[in-house]
Amino acid sequence: MVLKFEAVHKSFRDSEGTVPVLRGISFDLEAGQTLALTGESGSGKSTLLHIAGALEAADAGRVWVAGQELTQLNDSGRAALRRTDIALVFQQFNLIPSLTVAANISFQSALSGQVDQTHVEQVVDALGLSDQMKKYPEALSGGQQQRVAIARAIAAKPKLMLADEPTGNLDEGTAEDVLEQMLKLVAQTGAALMVVTHSTNIAARMDRRLQLRSGLLV
Amino acid sequence: MIVSCLRALLSHWRRNPVQLFAYLAGLALATALWSGVQAINAEARASYDAAATTLGEGQYDLLIPWQGDRIPLDDYISLRRSGWLVSPVIVGRLDDIQLVGIDLVTSATGLGTGNVTSVPLALASETLLANEDTAQKLGPLVNVTVDASIAPGMAVGDIGLVQRLLGRDDLSHLVLLPDQSLGQPDLSVIVPSLRIQRAQQVTSISQLTNSFHLNLTAFGLLSFAVGLFIVHSTIGLAFEQRRGMIRTLRSLGVPLRILLTLIAIEMLTLAAIGAGFGIVLGYLIAAFLLPDVAATLRGLYGAEISGTLELRASWWVSGLLLALVGTAAALSSRIWQIAKMPLLASVRPRAWVIATASRFRLQSIIAVSLLSATILLGLFVKGLVAGFALLGCLLIGAALALPALAASILTLLQRYTTAPVWTWFWADTRQQLPGLSLALMALLLAVSANIGVSTMVSSFRLTFVSFLDQRLAPELFVQVETKDQSIALAAFLDLRKIEVLPLSKTQVSITNKPVALYGVRVGPTYRNNWVFLDETDGAWDLVAHDTAVVVNEQLARRAGIWVDDLVQVAPDLALPIAAVVGDYGNPQGQVIVSENLFQNLHPDLYPSQFGIRTTEAPALRAQLVNTADIDNNAIIDQASIKALSLEVFERTFVVTAALNILTLGVASFAILMSLLTLADLRVPQLAPVWALGLTRQRLGWLELLRAVLLAAIVVVCAIPLGLTLAWVLLTIINVEAFGWQLPMYLFPLEYVQLGGFALVAAFLAAMWPAIRLMRTPPSSLLRVFASER
Repeated sequence: MVLKFEAVHKSFRDSEGTVPVLRGISFDLEAGQTLALTGESGSGKSTLLHIAGALEAADAGRVWVAGQELTQLNDSGRAALRRTDIALVFQQFNLIPSLTVAANISFQSALSGQVDQTHVEQVVDALGLSDQMKKYPEALSGGQQQRVAIARAIAAKPKLMLADEPTGNLDEGTAEDVLEQMLKLVAQTGAALMVVTHSTNIAARMDRRLQLRSGLLV
Repeated sequence: MIVSCLRALLSHWRRNPVQLFAYLAGLALATALWSGVQAINAEARASYDAAATTLGEGQYDLLIPWQGDRIPLDDYISLRRSGWLVSPVIVGRLDDIQLVGIDLVTSATGLGTGNVTSVPLALASETLLANEDTAQKLGPLVNVTVDASIAPGMAVGDIGLVQRLLGRDDLSHLVLLPDQSLGQPDLSVIVPSLRIQRAQQVTSISQLTNSFHLNLTAFGLLSFAVGLFIVHSTIGLAFEQRRGMIRTLRSLGVPLRILLTLIAIEMLTLAAIGAGFGIVLGYLIAAFLLPDVAATLRGLYGAEISGTLELRASWWVSGLLLALVGTAAALSSRIWQIAKMPLLASVRPRAWVIATASRFRLQSIIAVSLLSATILLGLFVKGLVAGFALLGCLLIGAALALPALAASILTLLQRYTTAPVWTWFWADTRQQLPGLSLALMALLLAVSANIGVSTMVSSFRLTFVSFLDQRLAPELFVQVETKDQSIALAAFLDLRKIEVLPLSKTQVSITNKPVALYGVRVGPTYRNNWVFLDETDGAWDLVAHDTAVVVNEQLARRAGIWVDDLVQVAPDLALPIAAVVGDYGNPQGQVIVSENLFQNLHPDLYPSQFGIRTTEAPALRAQLVNTADIDNNAIIDQASIKALSLEVFERTFVVTAALNILTLGVASFAILMSLLTLADLRVPQLAPVWALGLTRQRLGWLELLRAVLLAAIVVVCAIPLGLTLAWVLLTIINVEAFGWQLPMYLFPLEYVQLGGFALVAAFLAAMWPAIRLMRTPPSSLLRVFASER
């Protein structure tokens, strides 16, 4: 079991009081599985993904990632887990603008001290980024930047890959291309993949689909 | 992980070299002026210490003549024969070098040199001891042994040798050795022409010059503050631009504590590098300014300081530490922000470019508090330190109030504008304020400091020139050496039926401080020319009738006395003050009595200086030389002495003028750096306006106009602030530091000129970023509209 949610609750405070976002979410995800998380805007998809990614803590309930229970980990422990077992791909790419493409791709694996240069080169080739390695992110198109973000994630050999609207900023053709390559690489590494998406097309390509509505799985 | 993380952090600077340059340059400039000033102060203080050690100043009681500076050898012999333990010292000038002759047999241990063991060698071999510079100057004249502990401009040797070199056979003073035996005859009986000067009554050069060095330090601190504005501004922008990177690093698993530690190490290491450059620059500035400072100190206080600069740990370590502490202070708020920033916070650069009402409100509250503190300090607290605290509160309070004030002015301008481009221009200018506010504050400080200091200097100049006209009314001044000369000259002048102003002088002690007592012949010159700060009716009549005295402002303020208060002129004579007179450029207290009273109090003394009123100065001078046997060098005419005094005055403020220009330069640099670092953030703001039809050229010109307009607002605010600063300097700092108060004059043309300089500086600073904008390729502007940006 790579990811397990058990009765997870999360709420936020705003000017009008406490707003519940997740209300007792439970599910799990096996290694090699792909999962689409869909739902309307504000249904809690991103919050769920952030909790799975050890970026935010649940108010109640328990979450396991790669066998470790997140509520038992302090900030350093959660950071270590993000370095070694989790990889994140965001809609906004979140590349480091002052590093070259090559440095960006090997960055997360370098952080965990586990750079596998052969694996990195395979990923780079697979994503067609060989000619872009010396460039800076600002010189790339949106599709290319997202490929770099995916390459960075795959190069780190994560057990769990989380993607938040990974093709939300891309045109249809590029989005299809990027998704295809991501799924192929994830399948090769055996990682579990959870994708937050509005797209029914993307959701249809996943092994499983979960839909969130008003903080509940339906 | 640490290496990868550091590499990512440092990559920001590689991609933003201008920002890195701004950071390093800001620190370098801040440290440079501070270190430069401290280097000068350290050099001067080391010289004072060496001089005090060399002369034994303040260590032993001395016997000095009531009048003049020479003691006959017979007096010394009489004292020794009567059992007094005294050691003879001769001090005199050989060209630019002060020679000190001591008698090692009778000299107190350590007197004369810091290196006692080398003294016998010097005496045995008939050589002088001097530091390397002085030794080189003396080289051809006499054998010199180099001793680094001897004060600059001085040489010490056996009294016989020094007497031969000076061509004299008398002495300058006698050191009263400790442990005198009991029962010697009274000194006043054996040597009536000598008096005791107690060691503790000597006002040391370091005490006299304290206020001068404090002023230099204040300027250094102001420059440091302006430099730190640049640093603060750059750190703010660098952090804002790296918000995205910081979020990414954290989301990729870099623990917060490690990230914060690495950022602190990174920024402080860069700060140390910048400060290192600053220390080198400070050394060069100090070396450049040192000759003028040396001339100022020599002219004002007669203090000699070394002409070469040493790399002393005291100033460069303090400069480095101050830079690191300043950086750490600027850094701490940003580090705190990151520590408190939610991991998933928005990565848009926001606070730096979007005006937040809360920030302005907080700044305004602090500004009002500081300005209130300024008023309270002015009303209720006394002393030099309080004066500088008042200045600090005033300047920082005004600087913090500037952004809110400028925003209000811009809002007002926008309200009265209807054309769409100008409406956008004012609104956009207001939006730039947070990003530019630190640079504008730096400019405000620099311009107001310039206005304040130039008003003070120009007011001083006007007052000083008028003061010279009052004091130097006689057309000729004659100095005599002996009593016979004095009597002969008085008789010679009496025959000519012209107004003669004989001046007698001696040192007395009033309220345990050395004070100069003058005896003057009250006549039309004094009555018509001297302007008093305060007086009773018929002040000169009272002085002429020996029933009152005139004191100078320094004595009045230092001793807390004023008109009608009593002054103890002699042990059995206290006279009221008839008037207080301004006495600029002189650190010592003075009491002026009539010549009759002076003669009664000191019957053995004689007038040593004569002022002469004549319409035929050249002819009279010739007669004095040819007929009255007065040495031509002992006569000085009014024009020469005025020119000399003004030259000393002008040199005194050369350093101030140089620091003024440097501070303004640093402020201009702050604007340039702010505009350059903001340039990249401006593209998304300008692209929509460009797309709507404004050409890049027009946008560039508007950017230039914006900088000049903001500078104009700063100049308008700087004028009242600068004048307040001048008022504080003239009425509080000057009085506390020097003991005199100067009237304040206004110099509107100077302010207009200075404002013009500030506008030109802002224009030049904005030119490069504006040209860059004019040349920005359309593709860069178009990318703003692309979704992938």
